Amino acid sequence: MDYLLSMAPLMLQGLRTTLWLFFLTALGSIPLGMLVCILRLSKYTPLQRAMQLYILLMRGTPLLLQLIFIFFGLPIIGIVINRESAALIAFILNYAAYFAEIFRGGILSIDQGQYEASTVLGLSKIQTFFGIILPQVVKRVLPPGGNELITLVKDTSLAYILGLGDVLRASRTLTNQQASLIPLFLAGAIYLVLVSAVTFGLKKAETKFEYYR
Amino acid sequence: MLRVNKLSKSFGDKKVLDQISFEVEKGDIAIITGPSGVGKTTLIRCLSSLETYDSGTIDISERRSEKEHPVGLVFQSFNLFPHLSSLENITFPLIKAKGMNNEDARKKALELMESLGLTGLEGSYPFQLSGGQKQRVAIARALAMDPEYLCFDEPTSALDSKLRDSVGEILREIAKKGTGVIVITHDREFAEKYSTKLYALGSELDRVK
Repeated sequence: MDYLLSMAPLMLQGLRTTLWLFFLTALGSIPLGMLVCILRLSKYTPLQRAMQLYILLMRGTPLLLQLIFIFFGLPIIGIVINRESAALIAFILNYAAYFAEIFRGGILSIDQGQYEASTVLGLSKIQTFFGIILPQVVKRVLPPGGNELITLVKDTSLAYILGLGDVLRASRTLTNQQASLIPLFLAGAIYLVLVSAVTFGLKKAETKFEYYR
Repeated sequence: MLRVNKLSKSFGDKKVLDQISFEVEKGDIAIITGPSGVGKTTLIRCLSSLETYDSGTIDISERRSEKEHPVGLVFQSFNLFPHLSSLENITFPLIKAKGMNNEDARKKALELMESLGLTGLEGSYPFQLSGGQKQRVAIARALAMDPEYLCFDEPTSALDSKLRDSVGEILREIAKKGTGVIVITHDREFAEKYSTKLYALGSELDRVK
């Protein structure tokens, strides 16, 4: 017990880093993803192309590389950002691209008849989007969006490359100090608990939308 | 009066509507029949502004402003909003598009639902309704917008023969209250029975009755 307690301060600090990185990334990347999705679906071709390129870059290169580029690469051209901001920016930009594609799939899956009914009833485009389309999209993107959030829980561990002390880094430090595998198991258990909590939350959210089909 | 004058529409090389002309007055039940692929649906979509046309005009004498489009449409597949209850399907456009307050919208929707025999289904969601009930919610939703003319796309396609007659009676009620009814269908028997004006659409539009 004392042994476990001796690890607590470092692990808790790691948990804090993991948690803020997770929540702030989710909070930033979901709205940004929606914006990218709307621009991607706009009728204005240059915007469409720009968003396609953005999505290709973000999905086509490793997140690890993007983290390195923003923190170590940008200072070369005179843009210096602290570790926390660099990690957050890289995570948000990367995850927004994935969310944008998930939202796009959701929007395109809505029957054209829903738009036509809205038009005939005199609803504006904004009223149609927020009142008719978006609520149905949310229901459809919950499963793939949830997948993305679960991946994010574990991807936060990539922040170690910038020297941020997340759960995984804390456990590796402890493993080296104590020549023991237990900190690694502890890290695994923490990720499992976090993912279980996210899974539970998603299930709750899906249940909320079960009132219609 | 709704007057369609020499309406033409092509999709690419394919001429779908060729110089179609007809008139509908309020209180009419104008039914247009014809086999699949002659442009019935395109015609009704032009009338309800879902489709643009290449030439010709659609004049609606009751139209008070350019922006107003007093033609409603009941879709073949109804296109109810699945995430809204029957009542909300009717009140949502009233509140949002017509700017009506919640209380008035609710009152109007309840009256319409009652007149269409939908009492008790206010809280039901579309997936819980039968085909006939869905259709009546769609009719109530369209009527709530107070259209001068109301179009129906194949209103009997999803119904058995008993329900077909009940839709026919609903059309008569709507026309009697002064709305112009325009129906497209391939159901000749239904068309003969309920139309006050009957047209056959082929390569051109012929008045049958």
